[in-house]
Amino acid sequence: MSLAELFTATREQGRAALVGYLPAGYPTAAGSKSMLRAMVDGGCDLVEVGVPYSDPVMDGPTIQAAATQALEAGFRLRDVFEVVESISSAGGRAVVMTYWNPVNRYGVDAYARDLAAAGGLGIITPDLIPDEADEWLAASTEHGLDRIFLVAPSSTEERIARTAKASSGFLYATSVMGVTGARDVVSSAAPELVRRVRAHTDLPVGVGLGVRNGAQAAELAAFADAVIVGSAFVSKVAEGEQAVADLAAELAQGVRGAAAVA
Amino acid sequence: MNEQHDPHGPDERGYFGPYGGRFMPEALIAALDELTTVYEKASVDPEFTGEFQRLLRDYAGRPSLLTEVPRFAEHAGGARVLLKREDLNHTGSHKINNVLGQALLTKRMGKKRVIAETGAGQHGVATATACALMGLDCVVYMGEVDTQRQALNVARMRLLGAEVIPVTSGSRTLKDAINEALRDWVTNVDSTHYLLGTAAGAHPFPVMVRNFHKVIGIEARQQVLDLTGRLPDAVAACVGGGSNAIGIFHGFLDDPGVRLVGLEPGGKGVDSGHHGATLTAGTPGMLHGARSYLLQDEDGQTIEAYSISAGLDYPGVGPEHSYLKDLGRAEYRSVTDAEAMAAMRLLSRTEGIIPAIESSHALAGALELGRELGPEGIVLVNLSGRGDKDMDTANSFFGLVEQGES
Repeated sequence: MSLAELFTATREQGRAALVGYLPAGYPTAAGSKSMLRAMVDGGCDLVEVGVPYSDPVMDGPTIQAAATQALEAGFRLRDVFEVVESISSAGGRAVVMTYWNPVNRYGVDAYARDLAAAGGLGIITPDLIPDEADEWLAASTEHGLDRIFLVAPSSTEERIARTAKASSGFLYATSVMGVTGARDVVSSAAPELVRRVRAHTDLPVGVGLGVRNGAQAAELAAFADAVIVGSAFVSKVAEGEQAVADLAAELAQGVRGAAAVA
Repeated sequence: MNEQHDPHGPDERGYFGPYGGRFMPEALIAALDELTTVYEKASVDPEFTGEFQRLLRDYAGRPSLLTEVPRFAEHAGGARVLLKREDLNHTGSHKINNVLGQALLTKRMGKKRVIAETGAGQHGVATATACALMGLDCVVYMGEVDTQRQALNVARMRLLGAEVIPVTSGSRTLKDAINEALRDWVTNVDSTHYLLGTAAGAHPFPVMVRNFHKVIGIEARQQVLDLTGRLPDAVAACVGGGSNAIGIFHGFLDDPGVRLVGLEPGGKGVDSGHHGATLTAGTPGMLHGARSYLLQDEDGQTIEAYSISAGLDYPGVGPEHSYLKDLGRAEYRSVTDAEAMAAMRLLSRTEGIIPAIESSHALAGALELGRELGPEGIVLVNLSGRGDKDMDTANSFFGLVEQGES
């Protein structure tokens, strides 16, 4: 099922999609596969498989530490395709979230080819803007992958329009100015940003940065097409697969408008 | 100062040939656009350029001297060696040029808070100085390893009123200080200017920082002509991120007979894997916002750099240097820790000038260049900073102070 089909389905069901993030190779190569499986089984409609990177400037301490652990455990770039394949072959949906230098180093077209072969649906690119993405625009078209670019509260109308035009699948709205990490309060900037984005595009809009529980997920689901949860899942990994699945289930209830009472 | 009429680029997207650009989060693009606009307007505004020139003269102490060093040059095959004395600027290095320019821009943008990264502490001290002068809040990120080997500069920054935050992630050096500064910037971009200290990073930083440092090369070219009646055969400068080098090189880019030689930190030797010789041993990739040469493994993970010099301990390099390398207009060599330290001691003992370890890499390169050129040669060296900050490192390296003596 493509991202377009996923969002058609969730819109018909009158709910937001739940998107969960976990770095490949965290806590180990095998461990990340079972944790991501638990996220899918718990109710994630889509998972973002993160690529551990040595210089994650958009990430807060939780994801930085997970990336460092994965790299120290010997994560290699090609491992990400195996992780994606393990999700897609089990009927899950996966995109990759990656800083751009590893993709550039691998070869943009080769990376797109291998990701598509593994059943991956697209790439979220936190440090690649459409202005710099000619090679990726071509490779993603060639290999049938979606391009999920980011917009931020600081984006101008012109940039939102340009970014939306270059994107497919969905648009990733960073709801606060800042790095990744669970927060107590969901940003008040998020509804305004989503409203601005909708003036330029019919693409689904996913909101991320800071969500950690069902109540926050419900709050975002009221105006976003997808609720994206990262650091909260990464933190849960230490408690094991069941805890990860439980968090996914709580968030899945949240995106259906029912805030779970923990 | 007006790069719109500068034949040396970059293009309007910040590219020097294939290098440069903006590999940055969308959240920072608006700030980069604002900075570009404000900088371009300021660079043709006599009020701004006049104030910048006044500060360089009355506060930083420009023009800096050109000093010929004949006793040192005896070890350089008899070639004439001339030092551009950026070490004599206020705060002790070339860094003050860029910092004064960007601090003025910060005020123009109506921002009250400045963040900066620092390796050796020279840029941090310069930034803390300019912020004190202009009444701006200042936060400096510095790798924990560097706060230890450059403790004196930490004290200077704090005395100047800056907050110094030791960075404990990654290699705990300059690269990670930049990461942490970028994380702060993306969170506080409305109120905060990131005063990047080298001619690297996303557009417009490489061109802007270079242009604030161009004064080094412009002055030096005239001073060499006045002293010797001709242009130098070679210009030597150390390259970490590459700001002092690009500043002095620019004065000579249109003089094809002048060789431009960048000296990278060879650490324990490029073959040892413990070095920071990005242009000598790296491959093109993206780090900290620009496409440029980079020390990276086959998966695109950054390889941690190593150098005895905190200011050169960086796995990236400014994009214009990458372009000059590919064009063949500049050449890049590496100098080991031991060679740099020997040059530091030699200049101290022959000329009574204690250079920074960073600049000592350029001096070591000049010794080699002089021997290649012979007695007719003239080598201009950018003495980018003074060595006071490096006395702890020099003491451990040379064993200058016996235990119990101090």
